[in-house]
Amino acid sequence: MSLLRKIRETGRVAEDAPPRPAPAASAAARRLGGSVQVRCVDAGSCNGCEIEIAAAFGPVYDAERYGARLVASPRHADLALVTGPVTRNMAEPLRRTVAAMPRPRLVVAVGDCALNCGEFAGGYGVEGAVADVVPVDLKVEGCPPRPDRIVAALRAVTGR
Amino acid sequence: MKAIGTAAVTAQVVLVVAGAPLLAGTMRQVRARMEGRAGPGVVQPWRDLRKLLRKEAITPIGTGPAFRVAPLLLVATTAVVAALVPLASTVTPVSGSADLILVVALLALGTVALALAGLDTGTAFGGMGASREMTVAALVEPTILLAVFALSIPTGSTNLSAIVSGGIHDPVRLASPAGLLATAALAVAVLAETGRLPVDNPSTHLELTMVHEAMVLEYAGPDLALVELGAQMRLAVLLGLLASLSAPWGIATTASPAALALALVLLTAKVALLGSALAAAEVFWAKLRLFRVPELLAGSFLLALLAVTASYFLTGE
Repeated sequence: MSLLRKIRETGRVAEDAPPRPAPAASAAARRLGGSVQVRCVDAGSCNGCEIEIAAAFGPVYDAERYGARLVASPRHADLALVTGPVTRNMAEPLRRTVAAMPRPRLVVAVGDCALNCGEFAGGYGVEGAVADVVPVDLKVEGCPPRPDRIVAALRAVTGR
Repeated sequence: MKAIGTAAVTAQVVLVVAGAPLLAGTMRQVRARMEGRAGPGVVQPWRDLRKLLRKEAITPIGTGPAFRVAPLLLVATTAVVAALVPLASTVTPVSGSADLILVVALLALGTVALALAGLDTGTAFGGMGASREMTVAALVEPTILLAVFALSIPTGSTNLSAIVSGGIHDPVRLASPAGLLATAALAVAVLAETGRLPVDNPSTHLELTMVHEAMVLEYAGPDLALVELGAQMRLAVLLGLLASLSAPWGIATTASPAALALALVLLTAKVALLGSALAAAEVFWAKLRLFRVPELLAGSFLLALLAVTASYFLTGE
């Protein structure tokens, strides 16, 4: 009962949606038609980006209202959110994850490490940036990127 | 006369197929609102299905016919159940075949097909999900059989149409101890059969806690669309069956177009209400530990057994 009271008192937490983005640019995004299943791949991140992704799907930013949903299998996914510099041990799993996704598929590199190895550039365990391992369609900058930027990237794909 | 019966069957199947994703969307929306989120809208499951149907189909290396046939079999058996069960009308050309045992067997066929598909992928999680699903199914099927059997004793027939029209003409049966116990047992069995909380969490991402989701991890594109549609249709049909057995008012017992139209509207309202109530209740529930699930299901089996006993002793035959 205390939970019920809490639900009633809290009400809606989600912030008002920012204006609708321009229609999806790429042909792959247009074919998805307002529904994107997302698979997260941590290729060697410090988990800062993961916390921001979790916040993007939390009640305040609520990425789910734009038609994006996290799924448990790359076979179900349309989009891979890849974080971190790609470490040597994660390069092959990342390639296989992207290969397991049915077409049309998109790869989004999230965070400065995923774009240019950031803090970890030149490390002995680092294979390279995400674009060196798999083709990248969209980029989200920041260290870590704010949840609203991640949501904006997802909305550019769902077009909602 | 015959034409209206055929129309009733067609309307039931069309309503279940078209309405099941909307039911899933409504339930997600209710949950989102209670969690303080805005929610993706009621038609989002239809957008997901449309997109999945457009995507590339993938057959993993090493999978055989079981993997390919299972999604079709799941949707087909559920569609047949939707046609048989008296959701909107008790006088249809197929109401003579709406036997309790046939309906439970058809549902079990869909479950077994998907479990075999899970095994067929040869992955660790597929096999684990299949093993769990069969454990749950083995405990749930007898409960459904026994609960509906308790309701069938006053009618003297295992035909679902006869049971439902008996309930309409003699409402005292529904409020009898046997009727109430059977409804409670059936409600728990429906939760388990459709993979809802507290037996299975449909939105889990953790493979170790999955039951139904673990079996379908390898499906992609149009096959996944069929699996998702099948799961949503099962939920709609079983909630509809629960509504028909426990609150049969409004179901057409004569072959008149007006009665059928009213029955379809009431069916939609009843299933939407049950679904929303279930989604709201799920916010307060946690998933049961896997080893405690048999205790819950044994409890519901006991309720069904008590219902059968009660209907023998209390009907005074």
